[in-house]
Amino acid sequence: MKFRTRAIHVGNEPDPATGAVVPPLHLASTFVQAKAGVPQEYDYARSGSPTRKSFETTLANLEGGTHALAFATGMAATTCVTMMLSSGDHIVAGRDIYGGTYRLLHNVMNRFGIGVTLVRTDGDLSELKAAITPRTRLLWIETPGNPLMSITDIAACAEVARQHRLLLAVDSTFATPALTRPLELGADIVMHSATKYIGGHSDLLGGALVVQDKALYDKLYYIQNATGPVMGPLESYLCTRGLKTLELRVREQSRVAAQLADWLSDNPRVARVNYPGRAGHPGHSIAARQMDGAFGAMLSFEIKGGYEAAQRLVESTKLFALAVSLGAVESLIEQPASMSHASYQREDRLAVGISDGLIRVSVGLEDFEDLRDDLDQALVSALK
Amino acid sequence: MGNMKTNDRTANETARGISTTCVHAGEERQKEASSITDPIFCASTYTFANTAAVIEFIEKKLPREEYGRYGNPGEKVVERKLAALDGAEAAVLYSSGMAAVAGLLLAKLNSGDEVIFFDECYHRTREFCSKHMARFGVVTHQVPAGDYDAMEAAINKNTRLLVSESPTNPHLSVVDLERFAGLGRKHGVETLIDATLGTPYNVQPIGAGVDYVLHSATKYLGGHNDLLAGVIVGSEEQLAPVRKLRGITGAVNSPHNFYLLERGLKTFELRMQRHNANGQAVAEFLHEHPRIEKVYYPGLPSHPYHEIASRTMRGFGGLVTFLIKDADWRATADVVDRVQIPRIAPSLGGVESLIEQPLVMSYYEMPVEDRKRFGIPDNMIRLSCGIENTEDLVADLKQALQG
Repeated sequence: MKFRTRAIHVGNEPDPATGAVVPPLHLASTFVQAKAGVPQEYDYARSGSPTRKSFETTLANLEGGTHALAFATGMAATTCVTMMLSSGDHIVAGRDIYGGTYRLLHNVMNRFGIGVTLVRTDGDLSELKAAITPRTRLLWIETPGNPLMSITDIAACAEVARQHRLLLAVDSTFATPALTRPLELGADIVMHSATKYIGGHSDLLGGALVVQDKALYDKLYYIQNATGPVMGPLESYLCTRGLKTLELRVREQSRVAAQLADWLSDNPRVARVNYPGRAGHPGHSIAARQMDGAFGAMLSFEIKGGYEAAQRLVESTKLFALAVSLGAVESLIEQPASMSHASYQREDRLAVGISDGLIRVSVGLEDFEDLRDDLDQALVSALK
Repeated sequence: MGNMKTNDRTANETARGISTTCVHAGEERQKEASSITDPIFCASTYTFANTAAVIEFIEKKLPREEYGRYGNPGEKVVERKLAALDGAEAAVLYSSGMAAVAGLLLAKLNSGDEVIFFDECYHRTREFCSKHMARFGVVTHQVPAGDYDAMEAAINKNTRLLVSESPTNPHLSVVDLERFAGLGRKHGVETLIDATLGTPYNVQPIGAGVDYVLHSATKYLGGHNDLLAGVIVGSEEQLAPVRKLRGITGAVNSPHNFYLLERGLKTFELRMQRHNANGQAVAEFLHEHPRIEKVYYPGLPSHPYHEIASRTMRGFGGLVTFLIKDADWRATADVVDRVQIPRIAPSLGGVESLIEQPLVMSYYEMPVEDRKRFGIPDNMIRLSCGIENTEDLVADLKQALQG
């Protein structure tokens, strides 16, 4: 079966008791046991529940994995992976990982004696290879990266991970399984902030891990069950519901993002556009290889006029809402220098290519003409 | 390390009766859209009118929401209500009780730090510390429950936290909270009590000087077996790093559960009164029954902790543990299988009575020596009395024991 068919049917068998085409939501915290001492699939909801399992089953299938784990947030999913490590272990991570992941690795895991080295992972992997030590256990990458849409070659990283017997985990939040399936490219763990495209409607928080190795799943499950940051039943249902339209949304949102990227690059008020679908993007050829027919709905661009112009631009849009987060049907806009990357020192920020005038856009499901006209009037007012 | 009442509103609220607190504490008097109940905010993110609003927020001039992992209006309401019930300044809510205790331990402990447990504390909490925190270089000590001298002797310069449950599960041993808190204060070590079985209705550890109280809110606080939640209460200052870490590791609960928990808390006092009455009546019935070897219930004068419990608890809860006389595991399971009203399931504290044989539920995979060490004999049954009518529960147990 094809992706969209599986998104609708796998893990969504009709309710045998009533025939309801959508399985009922199970809010129960605990499950009645038929007989003492006879284990059943569900006993206590922290350890598993039917509604959460339904979402996990569908997502595992869509990622080409065998097992998935749903969490309260994306950060809870990431934390679960890092909790497999021990004092003295070392992580190599991409230098443009999500700020929340950066904070977890540098301000929390360090207190437990776990080291981290950040390296450039887009393009040449020499920096990554040089950072690996005998204590390195985990390679953590994110592609496309935030906010420059840098592209990391998952298959090449998987080869390095195999040679050094490291676990390769990929934060695939921007790509979604509709466009990239890291497990098929050799990754061990796929991580998602389900808050973004999987939920897709800005109305839930969630996270997920997907693997295709039972032993690895057992380790992650053990930690999830021991530490308890599980996804609730209503969120699980909303994620299942979101997966049914995931491919439609992501492909349409990507199509409009590509159109906007082209339009922006022709705009005299714009200095530069970062979109992996454009031939001039440094990661374009890798993206074309590892992203399935579209390049995602996230893009960033630099407005001429720097910090103040960027600030005026994000204040002048009428459709794009000024907010962090991304991946939903509503288009969002932000200025990394003052919002998502405000915690960086200015020199550090500029060194990784995040300029004062950079604008990040999460393209929603609105019509291309409406979004273009909104950006057009905002660019005009910003540089008036 | 106590909880100073600096907020007039909190002081006024905690002076009120428990049900008044349950219904009103933490809520705005005039809510959005003039609604009498709190709306559920599903939003993952919150919009800013303009850049000035962003900057105002970042410079802390404007208290408001930003992103769901860092806070939600419904979360704040239920956290204020939970803090008020425990007579504390602040509460930090999590996706489950285990997420709450893991959140506190990860926030407060560093590699090289040590923790001391009374050994009847919830076994999953001790396991988390001795297995996972051990890999992070944290050392876990366990001393016999109620042995304050052994706990004091185990304290050294690296000790950061003393932990116990009270009452404990399933033996219902009761900690002398003032003595426990005093031990921590004397040595400058923080203290944590898991009061899931006690609940803020029956026991007030913050008032006794304990630093942090943990509840699996899945149990009596939610009360309807339809949500998972955990909470840590304490002082705003001591909980600030805990709350901050929750924003990083993301073990937050969901907006739907914030509301279900708030809703469940409205009937908390009523439910607890019935749970306590049922627990006491069932314990007394079992105590007199010829087929019962032993009953663990702090409300019975025969219970070794009855004196401490009578002094420190308002009621003794809905959980009753008992041993069937001269029964092997199978004969014990037959009693469990014969009851008609309580359902066989793990968990406790909901309106439905639940029954389990610890041997075959929580301790099934544990070697026999370990079960002996934990005091889990084959003929033990744990009954969580719900809020059904007392006569029905007693009559049901009577027929099950006749079998």
